[in-house]
Order: sequence, then C-alpha cells, then structure tokens
Amino acid sequence: MRRLIVITAAGALALAGCGSGDPDTPAAGGEKGGPIPVAADDSACKVARAEADAGTSVFSVTNKGQKVTEFYVYAPGDRVMGEVENIAPGLSRELHVELPAGSYETACKPGMIGKGIRAAFTVSGSSAPLTDDAALAAATGSYSRYVKSQTDALLVKTEEFVTAVKAGDVAKAKTLFPIARTYWERIEPVAEIFGDLDPRIDGREEVTEEGMTFGGFHRIEKDLWAAKPDISKDGPIADQLLTDVKEIVAKAQAEKLSPLQLANGAKGLLDEVATGKITGEEDRYSHTDLWDFNANVEGSKAAIAALRPVLEERDAALVKTLDTEFANVDTALAKHRAGDGWKLHDQLSQADLKDLSDAINALAEPISKVAAVVSKK
Amino acid sequence: MTDEQGVSRRRAIALAGAGVAGVTGAVAVGGAFLAKRDDTPGPDARGAIPFDGVHQAGITTAAQDRLHFVAFDVITKDRERLVQMLADWTAAARRMTSGQDAGPIGAMNGIAEAPPDDTGEATGLPPSQLTLTVGFGPSLFTRFGLAKRRPEALADLPAFTGDALDPAISGGDLAVQACANDPQVAVHAIRNLARIGFGVVSVRWSQLGFGRTSSTSTSQATPRNLFGFKDGTKNIKAEEAGLLRDHVWVQDGDGPAWMTGGSYLVARKIRMLIETWDRSSLAEQEMIVGRHKSNGAPLGMAREFDEIDLTAVDDQGEPLVAETAHVRLAHHSTNNGARMLRRGYNFVDGSDGLGRLNAGLFFIAYQRDPRKSFIPVQRSLARMDEMNEYLRHVASAIFACPPGPAGAGEHWGSRLFDA
Repeated sequence: MRRLIVITAAGALALAGCGSGDPDTPAAGGEKGGPIPVAADDSACKVARAEADAGTSVFSVTNKGQKVTEFYVYAPGDRVMGEVENIAPGLSRELHVELPAGSYETACKPGMIGKGIRAAFTVSGSSAPLTDDAALAAATGSYSRYVKSQTDALLVKTEEFVTAVKAGDVAKAKTLFPIARTYWERIEPVAEIFGDLDPRIDGREEVTEEGMTFGGFHRIEKDLWAAKPDISKDGPIADQLLTDVKEIVAKAQAEKLSPLQLANGAKGLLDEVATGKITGEEDRYSHTDLWDFNANVEGSKAAIAALRPVLEERDAALVKTLDTEFANVDTALAKHRAGDGWKLHDQLSQADLKDLSDAINALAEPISKVAAVVSKK
Repeated sequence: MTDEQGVSRRRAIALAGAGVAGVTGAVAVGGAFLAKRDDTPGPDARGAIPFDGVHQAGITTAAQDRLHFVAFDVITKDRERLVQMLADWTAAARRMTSGQDAGPIGAMNGIAEAPPDDTGEATGLPPSQLTLTVGFGPSLFTRFGLAKRRPEALADLPAFTGDALDPAISGGDLAVQACANDPQVAVHAIRNLARIGFGVVSVRWSQLGFGRTSSTSTSQATPRNLFGFKDGTKNIKAEEAGLLRDHVWVQDGDGPAWMTGGSYLVARKIRMLIETWDRSSLAEQEMIVGRHKSNGAPLGMAREFDEIDLTAVDDQGEPLVAETAHVRLAHHSTNNGARMLRRGYNFVDGSDGLGRLNAGLFFIAYQRDPRKSFIPVQRSLARMDEMNEYLRHVASAIFACPPGPAGAGEHWGSRLFDA
C-alpha cells in the first residue's frame, strides 16, 4: 500500500515546482534533509549534494545560463524518476521526487538536448523490494509521470507555436514547429488511443477524410514551407489545433495505461520511425523528420525505462540487449546533429538512411518481445 | 527437444513426402526424368533434402526450380554476436529445410502478446526440397580476427572487359542461397533468416530467380535460359564424382583446412538485352551460342550430348563453331581444362523505365578454385564472346562456402570461427 502513496505523490509533484527557489542564492547550501540546490547554466550542473536518504528528495533548480534547460533524475537505464522541463533562463523550479535506495544520476540539459550534464546521486536507507504486481503498478505510475510532463510541455509549446502563426511570424513558427512536435511524438501511441483527435492534430493531407478540411500541424507546415509562405489564413486552423491539443492533453493525463500498453507503445513508436520518419513522409514540407525520429526513440526509451524493474526481474538478458541497441540508435542518430537540432531529411544520403534503418530494426526486433515478458504471469 | 512442437508447420505433408524422397529420391526416379521433355517436378519435389553432410546441400543437389539469393553486410563489431547468429541461423535452417517452422514455438502456437517466431507464410506447404547454403565474402575476412584464415582463392574478382557493375548489388560479407521447388518456401526461409539477423547483419541485396538454367544431375533435363537456348549441357553433374573432386570440392591441402570439403561460389547478375536478341535471326543466334536452338546439339552434331568438335570446318574451310562462339570460349578445352558446376536461374525484375524486360541470368557457379575456373573462362568470354553484344554483367560477388555441418553439434560458422 505504501507503493500507491508513493506513486500518487510523485505524480502530483513531479512537475509542480514553480519558482519557489531564490534565484540569488542557489547552490550555496543544501543541508541534509532540506531542498538540494542545483545551479544550472549552459555548461555546468552543480548539484549541491550527491546523496540523500530514501524518501522524497526536493531539488531546487536555478537556470543561470542563456539556454532553456531541463533537470532530470535518472535510475539505471535512464529511467526517469522525475524531471522538470522548460526552465527558462533566470527562473528557478523545484522537483519533488520519491527515491528508494539505489544509484541514480542527475542531469541538466541546457538547450534541452542530448544526454545532459550528468552526475552520480546515491540514495541510501531501506526500501522493501517490490512484489511483482507492485513493480508493474510502479511501471505504469512512472510512465504516467512521463506522459504528464510531456503533455504539459506539449501544451506550452503548441501555445507558443499557435501564437506565432496567428501573429504571422513565419520564422518563429518554423523554429517552433519541430520543437512542439517533439513532445507530441514522444507520446504518440498514447494520443492514438483517442480516436480522431490524432488524425486531426497530426494527419497528413492524403489521409484527410472526405468532407474534412486538412488541418493540424501538417497543414500549417505546408503553408509555412511553401515557396511563398502564406499563413495569413491559418488563424482558425491554429485555433483548432490548440483546442484539439488541449483536449488530448486532458485526456492523456486522465488515462490509466496498462503495462502491456507501455510495451506495445514502445514498439509502436519504433514502427512510426520505420514507416514514417526514415522515409521522410512525416514532415515532407519541412523535412524536420529527425526531430520526430529522435522524439519517437526517446518516447520508446521512456516506456521501456518505466518497465525496467519488471524486465530486469524477468528477462535480464533482454534488458541488456535493449540497452545496447538503444545506444546504437543514439550513436547512429548523433551523426546527424546540427547545432541544437538535426539535419534535414533531404540532407541525408541513402547510406545514412540505411544505417538508421538497420539500427531501428536491430532495436525493434527485441522490443517486440517485451510485451510477452510483461504479460507473462 | 522442442521438435515435437515444431513439427507442426507442415507435419503431415512433410513427413509423408520425406519418406519417399530423402537422398535417394533423385537417383531413384532418374530414368523417368530423362524421358520427359520438361522434367516437371515429381512427388519427391515436395520432400526434404538433408541439411547436414560432408558438403553443404544446395550445390550438387538436383537444381530446384526457384531461387532466393541474399547477401548481407555484417554490421556488428562483436565477433561473439556474429558467431551466435550463425548458430541461430543454422538451427533455423535445419528446421526449415526439414519443413518445420523457423523457431521452436512456431507461426501460430505462441502466446497472443508475442510476435510469432515464424512468419507463417510457409505454413501448410511441404519442404519443397528447400536447401540453404551459406558463404563468406572476402570483405568479412578484414575483421573479427579472420585475416589469417582467408583462403588465397577468396579474393574480389578482377574487373572484366565490359563489366557494368553496380556496387549496391555486388559483394557482401555473407550470402545465403535458398533454393526450393516452391518460391514461397524459398522466400520464407530468407525472410526468417534476415529477421533473426537484425542488429548483426543487414541485407545488402537479394535476388529472386525462377526456372533453373542448369541441371546438376543426370536425372534432370537441360533447361532453357531466356535466350531460348538449352543452358548447362556440359555442366558437371552430381553423379560425376571424379569431376566434382577435381573441379568443385576444395581438397585437403588446397588452402586453410576449414574450407576442405567446401566450394567457392561465384555469382554474376547478367542482364540480357532481350528485345534486340529477339530480333536477331535464328542463324545468328545459333552462331553466337555455337549450338542448335532446337535440341542443344553442338553445331554440326545431331544430339545434345554429342561431343563438340572445335576443329570441324565447313566446305569453305570455316570452323563450324565460330572462333567467337560462346560454347567454344567457355569450353574446358579452350581454358586449360577449367570446369565448374553451374547453378544459375533466370530472373525478371519487372520492366525498366523504357518498357524493356529487366531480365537475364543470375549466374551461380561452384568451383574448387575460381582462379583456375571462373576467372580464366570469364576473361576469355569478356574479351571475345559475340554474345556480349546482348549481355551486361551488372553485379558480381564471390563467397567461400564451407563444408557441410556434421550434425547438431556444428553450425555454419563452426569451421571458420572455432579453433
């Protein structure tokens, strides 16, 4: 029963922190038991203490850099125990996270990309091993926290995107397009649960049903990347997009997912990569497919990470394979980094695409085995 | 063992077929086949060919009707993973050639939440004499500590006059030749091996073939290639033990011991310019080939298997078989006795953008040493063969095919990677 309380608390608190820290004296102290100050800038991530007792830890993160940052606490295998996203320069946010005894890593991600600036974090004290069912419940709880954080960010970034579109700011809208979509693509299998919301938000022109108007992200993408961009008539489309995103965010946060849905979602995201992103079909006007590619892989990783304790218990060899293959995908993808973003799909050669395709196949095949491991009694 | 479960795929048919067919099948019905013009597959064509043996199956095995050939690049750097995959492949190959599913669970018997360990499209089909033959390309030996184990005979083929090779469909670190009398059985085998190999190997190219263009047993009639001519009349046959020893199987002392009992596979994708060939006169076609189109007899002879006389001249004193005729240039007497066992297939990859058949011969030959067989013969053909006007060599590959696995304790990589 203790489990349930833990999950509820973490779910409610993970993203709740907002500006309660003192921006002037961030990393100064950090008494044992009190909030742990984290001083983040564009090149450093100073966590005032590297250890804590089992129970709730509170991190107070201050962004003193020029880039928007994020702060994560990872369990082995990059399982997200808690995170705060979108910490703008100058702001402070708090992260409350329930940590059983074990080895963790903290990470700041200036520019919100990459593996981040990591440091070890050790939690000591007693914590009872999970029963099988509790481990599965913990997995869905962990993933629910992830969905919450991603959908919150999706809403914020979609609002910014819609504002730019309605203001006629083509350059800004183009910059925000792949960023807003990142949060969408990480949790797309969850979005797909809700019937026609997914096609309305993310449908491509050829799948627009008869009698429906072509709207959503890709309609605006088409207008933004036209030879002569014209978004002057896209106001209503942008408004509808925001309405739909708000609806799906609310629904996604209320949805209770099963462990099997996590497993199938992890595979589904890689199928998305294989069929839509490697081919360049998804973002055919902007060619920003690699943003979506990366987001799909991150989302898949998050679902597997949530299941990790269960998988380690039941099939440790499979976990090892997945770690290796996720790392290979990251390596293959990292070759195509461009600044804080990615190369465009039409800048990749056929050989580049085959390398990516090989890496995805190598990962997707073992991931297709996760559902059976999760469902076995 | 898991066999009890796994036998499910084509249990009834496979077991029934295998009983009569097995190794003896081809020989037993040999006489009947010779009498038939088109050598329609008999009942044994549904049966199973033994996987293990001194030599790999699929070389002297009476040529099946269909081919799916695939070349892989090895993408892992981990030698252990590669060896494990070869062991996994062998286990799946043993199962599939005997008519079972690729994996022990099967296409339809697993739990609902898991993808099946067999893809299912061969369920209900007989073994169809499926053979799976593995080979190692020269590029494999630059990695995994294999440099010292590369036989000298295994080297990239030299460039031949007129080659128009596409690197994307040439070469490869590993190859698997799947032959069967049912194309779906051959495709099923390759598809499942490729799936098992994800993360270790990546398909580099693959080729479907139909209508074998050679016979590899005296029990088989000589088939025709897409030029309409009988092809492979003088091929080495499974029954010719002396020729096999001298020209096909690597002998003790030829090179590294792991290849003894193996053979070198040369593959060439040869596009035929069908439309222009079809407009050439019968006399020109026969002159180019050096054989009669009707029955395959050498020019000046009456029957297909009559010995060719390369010295015969007509009443003008001109050679009956032209100096530039294909049979003369390819004949062993013209090439220091060079022989090989050909095992090619016709291919039609649809049409090209100009509406012409994208078709030809997927040439496969097995030999003891390509430096004494394929290379000199192809040099002579490339330089002078009148047929070149109608041919384009568009892909090329060479692989070392190890001897056959000796039984369940051995896998495709055992001889190369162990010891």
